[in-house]
Amino acid sequence: MTDYSRWTTGEPVVDTKAPEGPIAERWDRRRFEAKLVNPANRRRHTVIVVGTGLAGGAAGATLAEQGYHVVQFCYQDSPRRAHSIAAQGGINAAKNYRNDGDAVQRLFYDTVKGGDFRARESNVHRLAQVSVEIIDQCVAQGVPFAREYGGLLDTRSFGGVQVSRTFYARGQTGQQLLLGAYQALTRQIAAGTVEMHARTEMLDLIVVDGRARGIVARDLVTGRIDTYFADAVVLASGGYGNVFHLSTNAKNSNATAIWRAHRRGAYFANPCFTQIHPTCIPRSGDHQSKLTLMSESLRNDGRIWVPKVRGDERPPNAIPEEERDYYLERLYPAFGNLVPRDIASRAAKNVCDEGRGVGPGGQGVYLDFADAIARTGRAAVEEKYGNLFEMYARITAEDPYAAPMRIYPAIHYTMGGLWVDYDLQTTVPGLFAIGEANFSDHGANRLGASALMQGLADGYFVLPATLNDYLARHPHDTVDPAHPAVAEAVADTEDRLNLLLAVNGDRTPESFHRELGELLWDECGMARTETGLRKALNRIPQLRDEFWRRVRVPGSGADLNQSLEQANRIADHLELAELMCLDALHRAESCGGHFREESQTPDGEAARDDESFAYAAAWEFTGIGRAPVLHREDLVFEHVHPTQRSYA
Amino acid sequence: MAVTGVAMLLFLVGHMLGNLKIFFGAPEFNAYAAWLRTIGEPVLHYGWFLWLMRLGLVAAVVLHGVAAYQLSRRDRAARPAKYAHRRQRASYATRTMRWGGVILALFIVWHILDLTTLTVNPRGQAHHPYENIVADFRNWYADVFYIVAMLALGLHIRHGFWSAAQTLGANNARRDRALKALANALALVLTCGFIAVPVAVMTGVVS
Amino acid sequence: MKLTLRIWRQTGPDEPGRMTTYDVTGISPDMSFLEMLDHLNEELILAGDEPVAFDHDCREGICGACGMVINGRAHGPERTTTCQLHMRHFTDGDTIDVEPWRAAAFPVVKDLVVDRSAFDRIIGSGGYITAPTGAAPEAHATAVPKPVADTAFEHAECIGCGACVAACPNGSAMLFTSAKVVHLNVLPQGAPERESRVLDMVGAMDAEGFGGCTNTGECATACPKGIPLPSIAAMNREYLRALSKGR
Repeated sequence: MTDYSRWTTGEPVVDTKAPEGPIAERWDRRRFEAKLVNPANRRRHTVIVVGTGLAGGAAGATLAEQGYHVVQFCYQDSPRRAHSIAAQGGINAAKNYRNDGDAVQRLFYDTVKGGDFRARESNVHRLAQVSVEIIDQCVAQGVPFAREYGGLLDTRSFGGVQVSRTFYARGQTGQQLLLGAYQALTRQIAAGTVEMHARTEMLDLIVVDGRARGIVARDLVTGRIDTYFADAVVLASGGYGNVFHLSTNAKNSNATAIWRAHRRGAYFANPCFTQIHPTCIPRSGDHQSKLTLMSESLRNDGRIWVPKVRGDERPPNAIPEEERDYYLERLYPAFGNLVPRDIASRAAKNVCDEGRGVGPGGQGVYLDFADAIARTGRAAVEEKYGNLFEMYARITAEDPYAAPMRIYPAIHYTMGGLWVDYDLQTTVPGLFAIGEANFSDHGANRLGASALMQGLADGYFVLPATLNDYLARHPHDTVDPAHPAVAEAVADTEDRLNLLLAVNGDRTPESFHRELGELLWDECGMARTETGLRKALNRIPQLRDEFWRRVRVPGSGADLNQSLEQANRIADHLELAELMCLDALHRAESCGGHFREESQTPDGEAARDDESFAYAAAWEFTGIGRAPVLHREDLVFEHVHPTQRSYA
Repeated sequence: MAVTGVAMLLFLVGHMLGNLKIFFGAPEFNAYAAWLRTIGEPVLHYGWFLWLMRLGLVAAVVLHGVAAYQLSRRDRAARPAKYAHRRQRASYATRTMRWGGVILALFIVWHILDLTTLTVNPRGQAHHPYENIVADFRNWYADVFYIVAMLALGLHIRHGFWSAAQTLGANNARRDRALKALANALALVLTCGFIAVPVAVMTGVVS
Repeated sequence: MKLTLRIWRQTGPDEPGRMTTYDVTGISPDMSFLEMLDHLNEELILAGDEPVAFDHDCREGICGACGMVINGRAHGPERTTTCQLHMRHFTDGDTIDVEPWRAAAFPVVKDLVVDRSAFDRIIGSGGYITAPTGAAPEAHATAVPKPVADTAFEHAECIGCGACVAACPNGSAMLFTSAKVVHLNVLPQGAPERESRVLDMVGAMDAEGFGGCTNTGECATACPKGIPLPSIAAMNREYLRALSKGR
């Protein structure tokens, strides 16, 4: 029986910008109905963009090209380092260059279905439409996509999709796309249309008279806290995967920008929708600071197994065939090692929980290429997977040709984020969220090679069109720096940093992050139960209290202080984690990346409950330790009929 | 640096080949030296070619030196702080470009005073280069200075030739190895060719 | 493992710095170099000292944020980024010197953190193709021969970490600049700005106070992404070509 006492339910949230009519015409219609700002007036409008990844970099460059005055921020030393750069696989686009039956409609369908029917149809259709233009744009910028000998673009298939629609640049697609956006952005910086603040972190949102009008940011080098005002604020600060401490995110990726916006009134949608990637290199000890992903294509030829008995300490090659458990092949004879990401991840967790995991801490399973090498020869395996084997060998110092690799799932992406309408505007007027920072397009599960597509779609094409409308419909006035809301935001920020410095306790910030991460991984990771989530919801506030009593942050706030930066981000993670667990608790169904053990089919598949949960859960902040308000956005499926996934 | 370097390198190849004529005896060598003054006649007056050559070479040396000085100043300014952990870097030839260049500059001054103006030559008889050279290399200090300078020249060319190709944009991934081999070969041939003369005098092959 | 670290500590850009010695124990050979520093920093925090500041982010060798000179080598003994260097490449009892990138154009911000914004300004001076959003032609309108695309990619792999500058005895940024010039200049999309790009980027590079190239090759040896030394020759070629066209 679900306990509803920890949250209250408010009015449904409605996407008032969603246009009506045939789905294929909605984006055109929205663009036509949008009001425009006279090009001559644009330079008088200032837009703040926080983050310089694919979404933020693309948006900053494009808005500046349109004539707006852009003020942009990133915490890194250069806008080129945003974590979009680490994406490996590729970017989807419905170009149909292969003549293999791909179409905008098919990409739309695959994405809605892949998201386990928890995404908004209009948004996803627009994403599929825009995908085509993204490739054109990137090629024009000089992105060196892989090409065939005829000089045309190469594509590959990805993530179980039946068409070949993924464009790629070896294993560094994210890097190449980001550098394209970064170069476009630096062109605008050099032209003076973008005012770039690197090594500057947004710490609060300034909301004046109900509209987002600026941010409070800290110069990470001088420690100076400044206010920046604008006509609109765009958050492109990425996802919150680092709430788990260990993830494939960059070490400094954080949720501060979106969390502070949430605290200032932006609803946070579906925080429990997190994606776990099954083929990551397992942690090697407590010192581990992050996890590294390896392309899941490895599962095409590798066989996954663990010893049959628990506590088997023998080296893998000393374990005879009959004492190995190829558990995916045993449990899913039809799909074997190629079951979808979530299923492979959960199965690995289960065998490790049984004590049959391998490697340090028993948190790993074998991915064995011995059969593939025997069947096709070492050269063939090297040709296909050479670079991945090299990466594995560098990190683990083990030779994957001689002994099986060890892999384990890891947090990789967050589908949840700030709730936005069709215009990508949050519930705070004038505050927009793009890329991974919003919740909009992937539902409960993201398909491979779709994150890059969404980031660039939002940044290059969607936001620049919809922001016009907002700016044109609102008065162009200046913010009074003496407004109480401004003073309050600055004071909040300063107080909080001073408090962190003043605790002078006996634990490092990192130790709290590690503890929080372990708790979340256990209770709100691959498989979630009501008991576990309640346990986490009980523990998180305690941990938060302990943090504010025992954390030690050395140094001062007046110069580069990386411990202070880190502690401040962890403080936000400690708040966000609670909402995440609460969302997971309230959603008593399994869907996509959210697996509730209570809600599964007899053969262990995720059982969706469309009757009760066909909605996006948008949460309103009411205060720390106070019950948040749930606003449902009902999802209507007119074009894709929800079905239950099955892989048995 | 690359342009003046290549110009001087071309001159050195000719100079070395001319030097080797010493092995054909005094009459032939001296006649060759005399012929050098007649190049370009009748368009040029007697000796003019040689003077033009000298002017060109002095210009090349001076420009090469000035450029080296400017580059060094700029490079030192760009790296004001040294690493506490010292480590051997790059090849010997690369690291000795600057001091090797200074040795070569000093050598050129002595070489001109010795065999062009004959100021410091022990024999100093005009129009008798063969005899002047032989007299010169009977002194052990002249041999030592000459040989050291030629070894420095070899090292300078070894890095300099490839470096000039790189600077002038003539290098690419496919040519890289061939250019490095050519640089080594040029350095070796020029050093050996020049050193052959004092060695021959010392051993009595030329006298 | 037990190690002695000698680390450059400097409290601010204008403060004097010095090498400070730390003994660290409990190092696992599986730690990355940065995790080893994390470990040291946790101990420093608990001991009431200020932790060592260093830049880092993705920790998988692609963002280019990390970088320090380890025993006199940019990114240390292996040809990779500092975050991908593991402690198993050192021996128990070693003394390791850790210093920031050294170059006039990369002033020290604090400890091992340097300011590499000069790189951004070099890119801003011409390291792009002018292709405003929305103006792009159909992607297949121009075929790009595979060898050309491969050359572009090979040079586009640069992560902007600055190891080339740190390793160069002249503090030169030729390899960084040439990587971007070659990436964009070989592509047909980059052709219209081919001359202005190389002239402007070389001009910006010189204006930032980077040293000149004496072809020592240290940059390419230190580059974790293997940008080849002949790419500098290719940039020089582009430069001379642009000059000869009188632009």
